Amino acid sequence: MSLDSSSPDNFLNACASQTAVIDKPLDLVCGATLPSHSLVFEAYGTLNKAHSNAILICHALSGDHHAAGINADGKVGWWDHYIGPGKAIDTTKFFVVCPNNIGSCFGSTGPTSTDPETGQAYGHNFPSIQVRDWVESQKYLMDHLRIDCWAAVIGGSLGGMQAMCWSLAYPEKLQHAVVIAAAMKLSAQNIAFNEIARRAIKSDVEFKNGHYLDYQTTPKQGLALARMIGHLTYLSDDALGRKFGRLVNNGDLDTTGKTLGEFEVASYLNYQGDKFSQKFDASSYILITQMLDHFDLAKDYNGNAAEAFSHAQCQFLVVSFSSDWRFSPLCSEQITDSLINAGKAVSYIKIESDQGHDAFLLPNARYQKAVGLYLSRVSSKLEEIAL
Amino acid sequence: MIHNVGPIGAWIEPNSRLLDLGCGDGTLLRKLIDDYQVQGYGLEINPDAINLCIQKGLNVIEQDLNGGLENFPDNSFESVLMSQTLQALRYPHLVLDEMLRIGNRCIVTFPNFGHWQTRSFLMLRGRMPVTKQLAYQWYDTPNIHLFTYKDFEALCSERCIKILERTFVGSQFLGLNSLCPSLFAKTAVYHLTK
Repeated sequence: MSLDSSSPDNFLNACASQTAVIDKPLDLVCGATLPSHSLVFEAYGTLNKAHSNAILICHALSGDHHAAGINADGKVGWWDHYIGPGKAIDTTKFFVVCPNNIGSCFGSTGPTSTDPETGQAYGHNFPSIQVRDWVESQKYLMDHLRIDCWAAVIGGSLGGMQAMCWSLAYPEKLQHAVVIAAAMKLSAQNIAFNEIARRAIKSDVEFKNGHYLDYQTTPKQGLALARMIGHLTYLSDDALGRKFGRLVNNGDLDTTGKTLGEFEVASYLNYQGDKFSQKFDASSYILITQMLDHFDLAKDYNGNAAEAFSHAQCQFLVVSFSSDWRFSPLCSEQITDSLINAGKAVSYIKIESDQGHDAFLLPNARYQKAVGLYLSRVSSKLEEIAL
Repeated sequence: MIHNVGPIGAWIEPNSRLLDLGCGDGTLLRKLIDDYQVQGYGLEINPDAINLCIQKGLNVIEQDLNGGLENFPDNSFESVLMSQTLQALRYPHLVLDEMLRIGNRCIVTFPNFGHWQTRSFLMLRGRMPVTKQLAYQWYDTPNIHLFTYKDFEALCSERCIKILERTFVGSQFLGLNSLCPSLFAKTAVYHLTK
């Protein structure tokens, strides 16, 4: 394993993205093997002498490694409200690592990478991946960074699924799991939304039955539509109403005269769809939504979630948002109940918010404070041990 | 409030599972965990109180007791505790039944509305009592069910709830507290089973 830029001791303070090349084979759940893979990641803060203050941030469906700060392109990280000096995930206390995961499309090995066997891009031939595969790949990164145990593994949505998966796959390798707006498995409605998104992509003529990379094209319309559907379900009716109401681009609906103006909500969704279609890979979207659909925490434990969690050794913080209807508070409460039945340490908070599923990314005083208090206790314990 | 564990301590089995309904800032739960090594979980709805529990490193679950406790299986805890919360519930009798379903033993504490101070407040001033323990105006109070310890015992007998032990906290003067709890007990403490 090697870093493409600096020696391991030099990057601990760095903020710019780095690449870890994992030369070991990664055996995927589906039976395929990636002979080697690359993980792009960002790291913030300083790893302490005991290497005990590291936090792993797990991104969700469309996330990347740029979680905090401003990168070279001037872009603010997707969780910058929560990660940074003095923030809930305090980078003056913790060494925070956020990788882009395999199968995604922001630099880590994925469908747009070259398959060493064919010399061509993987494209739609990239093997199917599961949450467990992301955890295995992150474990390689952990070894690479010489971290023996995460102080915490934290993630929202699909990220929360990874945090739970870590607690079962490597119980002794994390002290805390912070599971935000997640579920132990998707509901039929959730799977249905994902299928509509996939169908939108596959229906685009530019998808070319998955061979779009060979034709040097992208199914942008399909991707935009997939994103519009997804994005809409991450918001709540109230938040949309508050933000856009029935406003039209040219002012009030009644004063637009003969031509019908475009609703603000329509132009917003179209903008979100178009923006997304320029940066995200179609095969990645299909792979990762399938990964979400197939996640089932208790599947290998006779469907018994308490039995599954009985293997966990870490402490848990579970967070939900009142208006989240894709990963509703009930999903988080099922996680919490299963943990209590398994006799595990768990706290659960339900944050009042009208922001829907997206709330986990947005500023919220109570959410910030609670996660901050939880983690400051984690860091005080680390300091106690160090003394 | 009971600031030390007091009589409850004798009823707590070390290393057992304990569910604290309406745990507040977690002071009592913290103490029970430290003194008896119980595996404790607290239920609370006040965000500030929940934060204080998180700071104390407690297992705190945001859950409204008025919304039911169906998520807890039968006999899943050795003890279910409810301190100074019964009077604030929508249906106290149903929650009592639920407590006895979830736990083998229940510990309940509540303010005795028959205490002489509340009685005299009502009798002499003709106004609803506002005391240190019940420090709210009638129109803005979480304490929506006010009752005396005798009322509580009547309810227990009606619902076939067995009182294992009871004790009173209040004036120690001349032992009035135990001589005439109806008038002198500020807080009643019960150990219950089915």
